[in-house]
Amino acid sequence: MRAALEVCKDLDVALLTKVYPSRSHSGAAQGGIAASLGNSEDDSWEEHMFDTIKGGDYLSDQDAVEEYVKAAPNVIYELEHMGCIFSRTPDGKIAQRSFGGHSRPRACFSADRTGHAILHALHEQVMKHSRSIKVYSEWFMHSLVIEDQQCRGVVVSDVRTGAVEVIQAKAVVFATGGYGRAFQITTNAFASTADGVLAAFNSGIPLEDAEFVQFHPSGLYRQGILFSEAARGEGGYLLNGLGERFMEKYAPERMELAPRDIVARAEQSEIDAGRGVNGEDFIHLDLRHLGEARIMERLPQIRQLGIDFISVDCAKDPLPIQPTAHYSMGGIPTDKFGAVVVDAKGTRLNGFFAAGECACVSVHGANRLGTNSLLDAVVFGQRAGRSALEYAKNVASPSVNESREKTRVLSVFEDIFQREGSESYNDIRNEMKNIMTHNCGVFRDAEHLTQCIEKIQSLQVRYKKGKVTDKGRLFNTELYEIIELGNMLKMAEIISFAALARKESRGGHFRSDFPKRNDVDFLHHSLVYPTEGDGLELKTKPVVITRHQPAERTY
Amino acid sequence: MATFRIKRYNPEKQPEPYYEDFDLDIPKGATLLDCINLIKWTKDGSLSYRMSCRSAICGSCGMKANGHALLACQRQADSLLDKDGTVTIEPLGNMKPIKDLVVDFKPFWDKVNKVQPYLQTSAEAPVGKERTQSPEQFRLIDDTSTCIMCGNCYSDCNTLEVDDNFLGPAALAKAQRFVCDSRDEKTLERVTELSKPGGIWDCTHCAECVERCPKPAQPFHRIKEIMTVALEEGVHNNNGARHALSFTRSVKASGRLNENQLPVESMGYFNIKGLLELVPVGLRMLLKGKIPPIFHKSIDDVKDVKRIYKELNQ
Ligand SMILES: Cc1cc2nc3c(=O)[nH]c(=O)nc-3n(C[C@H](O)[C@H](O)[C@H](O)COP(=O)(O)OP(=O)(O)OC[C@H]3O[C@@H](n4cnc5c(N)ncnc54)[C@H](O)[C@@H]3O)c2cc1C
Ligand code: SF4
Ligand code: SF4
Ligand code: FES
Repeated sequence: MRAALEVCKDLDVALLTKVYPSRSHSGAAQGGIAASLGNSEDDSWEEHMFDTIKGGDYLSDQDAVEEYVKAAPNVIYELEHMGCIFSRTPDGKIAQRSFGGHSRPRACFSADRTGHAILHALHEQVMKHSRSIKVYSEWFMHSLVIEDQQCRGVVVSDVRTGAVEVIQAKAVVFATGGYGRAFQITTNAFASTADGVLAAFNSGIPLEDAEFVQFHPSGLYRQGILFSEAARGEGGYLLNGLGERFMEKYAPERMELAPRDIVARAEQSEIDAGRGVNGEDFIHLDLRHLGEARIMERLPQIRQLGIDFISVDCAKDPLPIQPTAHYSMGGIPTDKFGAVVVDAKGTRLNGFFAAGECACVSVHGANRLGTNSLLDAVVFGQRAGRSALEYAKNVASPSVNESREKTRVLSVFEDIFQREGSESYNDIRNEMKNIMTHNCGVFRDAEHLTQCIEKIQSLQVRYKKGKVTDKGRLFNTELYEIIELGNMLKMAEIISFAALARKESRGGHFRSDFPKRNDVDFLHHSLVYPTEGDGLELKTKPVVITRHQPAERTY
Repeated sequence: MATFRIKRYNPEKQPEPYYEDFDLDIPKGATLLDCINLIKWTKDGSLSYRMSCRSAICGSCGMKANGHALLACQRQADSLLDKDGTVTIEPLGNMKPIKDLVVDFKPFWDKVNKVQPYLQTSAEAPVGKERTQSPEQFRLIDDTSTCIMCGNCYSDCNTLEVDDNFLGPAALAKAQRFVCDSRDEKTLERVTELSKPGGIWDCTHCAECVERCPKPAQPFHRIKEIMTVALEEGVHNNNGARHALSFTRSVKASGRLNENQLPVESMGYFNIKGLLELVPVGLRMLLKGKIPPIFHKSIDDVKDVKRIYKELNQ
């Protein structure tokens, strides 16, 4: 939406989403959006830059980070001018608070629903500009149209009627979000299924840094729903099955307040050692000692979440939690202007742009800091929009062979409808998620990753023999779930393939068989390309280092 | 074993809707959405409904359970079962069904669009900084900005049932978001527009929308706030008789729908007799345990009932 608002200044835009614009998963972001406004304490873009690079374990492209943090204050002001509501300081400025990994209080927030506030403010602007932005809600994007090395549009279908159409466009911007749904336990929405990154990949575009997935330490047991860090911040204890505060062993000083990846690994170690609660794969977040009054005062939302979603009242019982797949650092490679690039040299694919979680600029490197991704989505959303506008103004209207493009997607539909198999898609999906969580999750090693790839590939075979019940056209959500599952199976393979190749531990990627960072051999981005016959090929891309030489990441 | 009695509808196959029963063992801690997913994924893949975030923030999964709109992902399934272990699931009301639990949101969004749901200012925004707004001013729009556009209020609104032209609770809550935003400069124009037929004064004060809203947005309270601003701004050529009328309608509607006591609070200054009629309804509901099982809401309700009762006794 941020990109569309940029483009609509001069050209018409079709804004397409498989949900409704106000239902994108950005709405779930609670904590805040980072910018060095310095409203509550002195701050500077230099410090924001350093924190981001250190947090990313030195895999961020520093030229991009620099422009990104410099752009931050202005995009926040723009959001505010658009009408976005922010919590305020007593003198009426945008309030800011501290957040993990940031050395200054620089998270601008709107109570505990920052993403929701931004999403709705952008949607309001889209409604305001309805003359030049036409919204296609509940339309599904299937593939890119690429002719003569140029992006010419997308092939889409109307979820409501099943009709397949081609949208011809001078420029296409993807903002299709993350792909945490490949994992069993995730904070991501059901819609976060890798369709965008896969559409790019299927057009021959590589995916960058796919191995880097951030796991958050406090996902609600089985549901994965996020419990904000506030619960630990307020003094919650993490207890294993023996009732021990196990963080003592892993981070004796910071205990429960250690960085996300460290806490997530500590939890997983306990669970793997059989010290989960009742030997199961969760541990306890205990808030009872805070007392009901304090919980009600400071953490009412969290209490309500537990009651609504898993029927546990944290004032009376400890909350069952486990590490949960939260954010995808990797994605479609772009330059710092939001243009998609297809190789290590930065060659652009004309007419194709990407921003947000589906893109990899890369500002987050190997690990994203909290509150930096909403910022990523607005900064690069705006930039991708501006680049797309400039490009589109100087390019002729495409004339795509629509029927050929449509036929491709229709044949995918036909293929699915004709499946007479006996495999249950539910089983395949569950197995994939299970395999990914257990073999390509918080801890990884060569043996598990190799098995993981084999198992995922065998699921890909079974996928073709699934049992389809709904063969109608009308609002056929089963059909879309099957297509999404196909995308995720491929994405799962790409993630584990890239993870196997990275024989080091960095940021969100931890290899038990290579527990140290290795700058000599792995200070580079990975690019996974598709090859003939469904294979994968790995290439690398250098990291841009300007101001900060890699140093050890300690907190 | 629980029974999910789901209203099915697929005009591609059969023009009339029908109910289908699915038996399911509810897993421990499962939400209604979890159960419906299980039904779709293990029993009948053709069942259609919307969902995405499964954490009560995207507003996709609105549907009716036992006649009342709720978010399927926000409610523990077993809390919805009647004494025979059955829960009846239907699509949201006041919107046209498309297939099974999926309804057409177009009129809903058209109405939201009608209230000019975006900030309007005439002064240029300050360069390189924010417009200021005090924490108190922020608080005036804090609740309404929690709306997730789920349509639950729209589904169960009594006025909409009989009057298609009514903007409806969600659009009006959205309007309050700007009427009360200290940064917006079109307050008078807005309240004038909102005071026309189809606007705030057509609300019958039944407070059904407050009951159904999964968030603090609670449209009826927002509608009252717009009314206050409208009166302050001198836009009051259209209340009076109309107001009284809507009140009467509301009491009837509330009685019929067995609604609780929230409207009382707002009506106190209009009609004492009406108030007295309403209180027992609330109490009867309480005794029957019919207050919906959202924890914080129940607490509010109990307090409200007690307070009103106390006030009346004085
Ligand atoms: C629970 C949670 C809390 C978070 N908290 C924070 C926080 O406090 N601060 C922070 O900075 N970040 C936070 N994040 C991360 C941040 O919210 C996301 O990275 C960011 O919002 C992603 O935005 P996006 O625009 O890229 O994608 P999304 O908002 O996910 O939007 C993707 C859009 O693409 C559409 N789409 C996808 N595939 C298709 C298709 N095939 N056809 C048509 N449309 C399609 C979807 O419908 C959707 O509209 C959080 C994330 C989660 C899950
Ligand atoms: S209080 Fe008004 S807006 Fe709310 S449901 Fe009743 S009639 Fe509709
Ligand atoms: S006001 Fe409440 S019930 Fe109505 S759409 Fe908004 S969140 Fe949903
Ligand atoms: S699935 Fe998003 S509100 Fe229920």
